[in-house]
Amino acid sequence: MGYNQDPNVQPAALSGEVTMPAALAEVEPVQSVRTPAAIEYIATPGASLSAYLRAMKDKKILGDKCPVTGQVFVPPRGVSPVSGQRTTEMVEVADAGYVESFNITRLPIKSRPDLNPPYVSAWVVPDGANVGSISLVAGIEPEDVRIGLRVRAVWKPDDELEESAANILHWEPTGEPDVVLDDLRVIGKPGDAQ
Amino acid sequence: MRDIAVVASMQRQEKSIDNESEVEYMVPLMHGVKESIGITQADVGFTCSGSSDFIAGQAFSFVMTVDGANPVPPISESHVEMDGAWALYEAWVKMQMGEIDIALIYGYSKSSGGSLRDVLATQMDPYYVAPLWPDAFAIEALAARQLIESGKTSMEHLAELASRARDHAASNPNAVRTKAKSVADIMAEAPLMDPLRPSDIPASADGGCALILAAGDRARELCERPAWIRGIDHRTDAHTLGVRDLTTSMSARIAGEQAGVSDDKVDFAELYAPFTTSELVLTEALGLGDDTIINPSGGALSAHTMMASGLIRIAEAAQRITNGDGDRAVATAGSGPNLQQNLVCVLEGE
Amino acid sequence: MSGSKQRAAVIGVGQTKYASTRGDVSLAGLVREAAYRALEMAGKQWSDIDAVVIGKAPDFFEGIMMPEIYLAEALGCVGKPILRVHTAGSVGGSTAVVATSLVQAGIHGTVLTLGFEKQSESNAMWALSLPSPFTTSINAGAGGYFSPIIRRYMEYSGAPELIGCMVALKDRQHALNNPYAHVQDHELTFDKVVESPMLWDPIRYSETCPSSDGACAMVLTDETGAEAHDGAVAWIHGTAMRSEANNYGGRNVVSPKASEDCAADVFAQAGITNPREQIDAVEMYVPFSWYEPMWLESLGFAEKGEGWRMVESGATKHEGGDLPVNCSGGVLSTNPIGASGMIRFAEAALQVMGEAGAHQVDGAKTAFGHAYGGGAQYYAMWVVGAEKP
Repeated sequence: MGYNQDPNVQPAALSGEVTMPAALAEVEPVQSVRTPAAIEYIATPGASLSAYLRAMKDKKILGDKCPVTGQVFVPPRGVSPVSGQRTTEMVEVADAGYVESFNITRLPIKSRPDLNPPYVSAWVVPDGANVGSISLVAGIEPEDVRIGLRVRAVWKPDDELEESAANILHWEPTGEPDVVLDDLRVIGKPGDAQ
Repeated sequence: MRDIAVVASMQRQEKSIDNESEVEYMVPLMHGVKESIGITQADVGFTCSGSSDFIAGQAFSFVMTVDGANPVPPISESHVEMDGAWALYEAWVKMQMGEIDIALIYGYSKSSGGSLRDVLATQMDPYYVAPLWPDAFAIEALAARQLIESGKTSMEHLAELASRARDHAASNPNAVRTKAKSVADIMAEAPLMDPLRPSDIPASADGGCALILAAGDRARELCERPAWIRGIDHRTDAHTLGVRDLTTSMSARIAGEQAGVSDDKVDFAELYAPFTTSELVLTEALGLGDDTIINPSGGALSAHTMMASGLIRIAEAAQRITNGDGDRAVATAGSGPNLQQNLVCVLEGE
Repeated sequence: MSGSKQRAAVIGVGQTKYASTRGDVSLAGLVREAAYRALEMAGKQWSDIDAVVIGKAPDFFEGIMMPEIYLAEALGCVGKPILRVHTAGSVGGSTAVVATSLVQAGIHGTVLTLGFEKQSESNAMWALSLPSPFTTSINAGAGGYFSPIIRRYMEYSGAPELIGCMVALKDRQHALNNPYAHVQDHELTFDKVVESPMLWDPIRYSETCPSSDGACAMVLTDETGAEAHDGAVAWIHGTAMRSEANNYGGRNVVSPKASEDCAADVFAQAGITNPREQIDAVEMYVPFSWYEPMWLESLGFAEKGEGWRMVESGATKHEGGDLPVNCSGGVLSTNPIGASGMIRFAEAALQVMGEAGAHQVDGAKTAFGHAYGGGAQYYAMWVVGAEKP
């Protein structure tokens, strides 16, 4: 038997009639039920992320340094994928960096009712770090944002600082010349060895 | 079948690991187990892990942990949403094809972040049973009741199993329930989920295990006395409550037969038995006799790290063989309500 | 003992009708619909199946922890082994690879493998954005993650701005030849794709995959079983999986090393030295239109920076193209996440079996199935052929 080309033709084993008791003959079948479920979890950030969040209160951005290659990861997760080892040293990176790439998000998201589309969601690589993370870029028209744009963190007022990544409200342009990305990170240019 | 052995393992189990994330506490095991036998990730031909998003409380939670396997440059890797013992099975299958000689396996969970009893209720039939939120202890208490009513066991017998597990756990640095308790004291415990008492249920732990499999001569190079996998098989029972006879385990019996448990004397068994009742059912299904020492580590009753506990049983059994404490062992892993799924592994020294 | 690798083949493929909501069936009913169709094509009964390998994306999608436990009876598994794979978006492909290895290793003779997702039974957006107290989320789903990568590709390749729209229209038109495909839009035009709203600029609504309910199953068997099979057979010529970290300094995000390594591995196994010449049909995981030119380059079908030219020239179209990509309509037309990778693998098999119906590539002898997941960090691929390897 070949491949069933017609999705309306049920497999033989499923095409038989289901016989219902006479008492149920006129009863409308139940098509769906709603069974709301909730489970509460206590989330623990771990050692590296804890340190990162604490430093946030002092307007400092901490990264993890790979003990073998020296690569710096922000936000830190306590492990270096390039060596497969636990990171042991935390280093402070700058609260300025560059936009590695970005999108202009034009649809609202539930978890952030405070964000009014369109807004710029960018990978920002802080100076001193080897990787970027997704960050909000503002203080510039979305259409004017570009790859390589230099940006700096805009922090909450000092009296509102908490142990939270939300202390950085967004990143804004510094006015410095753009960064040329080829110098900074490998990308699949034609002819690249990688 | 190709000869494949457990050559090294490392584990960590604690009542709760509060100051480290899953990847933070797993990296020392994943890296350490390789370091302990002088290999690096470049020597590893296949990496496979077991974990659960529902326990982590996060979708794609295993993505955070793969960084610990050193996946730069890229690695050949897979993940099962099952106990790490099934990750070991997947690796063992892969090694049978003869293309790779060494595999890294790991399994882990940090269940202290959520109520495991409630989380496990979401495993049940989503239309008929899960909406009732029957907790995991209540489901096993059904089996306990049937076992007692059928005359297969008694409250006293179960207390004996619980007491012995505590005695065995006393010498296991990874056990979390190690305090000795007499049969009489356990008999005096108020039932938690009648007829199950606190000593009949697992001592929940956070943690994980990393383990290395190696094939043939490579195994002999890496380990003085490798624990050879002579048979491994896994099966499932039906899920629907009431369809199964909870006093027996067809899945464990078939897996045990396929793995060749009864081919020779079994010196000791590490059974994935989170409840005293599950130990009873497994011992019978596998046909283990009085000459087999059951759960010398104290078993899952003494330290139960979901998603790793089955893998830890294999690691514990293998370590004893490597140490020369015995020549032939059985280890099992399980999953689902009333151990619906069972994996059986027979290990031997040379 | 050295171990040995046996031959394996696909002898049955079954799919459900894909839709945003399959409210007419339970989860069990959904998987059985695909499984029975695969069994029927293979001429097998449940009793012929030695083991089941099942895959799906995060359990939070349906709100059921390890749903294969509840599905044991529905999948005819009682007394048999069932293995559950989860490797993010690549899972459908990885699941087929693991199932293949059970046959290739000589453990089992005949295996049923199945991937599914029933997103309508829960809230996928919720499942993917469980609140974490430690991070500030500004990322709207997968599109939010992948759009900056696409922008990097557009910038370095210099591709014309509307290449993605061409891919989107092509795959939606291909879907019209596949009665199982979810999105069936007869009225769609290029202008409509271009004018559809930007969600994550540069990704438009019409350049984005849908969210679907559905399941896909295959019956795999060993050499003896395949030779005895009275019907079409797709021989498995190679399988590969690779994983890498999603963020490290020097990572090529547009063409990750894991993608290139995985392709090199699977092509070497299948004896393919010139993929564009030697492969007749491609089923590629393209959830956002621009990933077609990106993967064409990464997988070696095009030179770096030149993939978009294949799209522009129509080379990847079913009609008239020399390398038809996603004749089934692809992920852009059908996306039950846990099954999406397996659909790619199964559709590749159907092509070499000559069973793809209206979307059949004439005379296809060798086909390629592809899946990826996570932060473009998990890969699964296979090559299938009409001839025994």
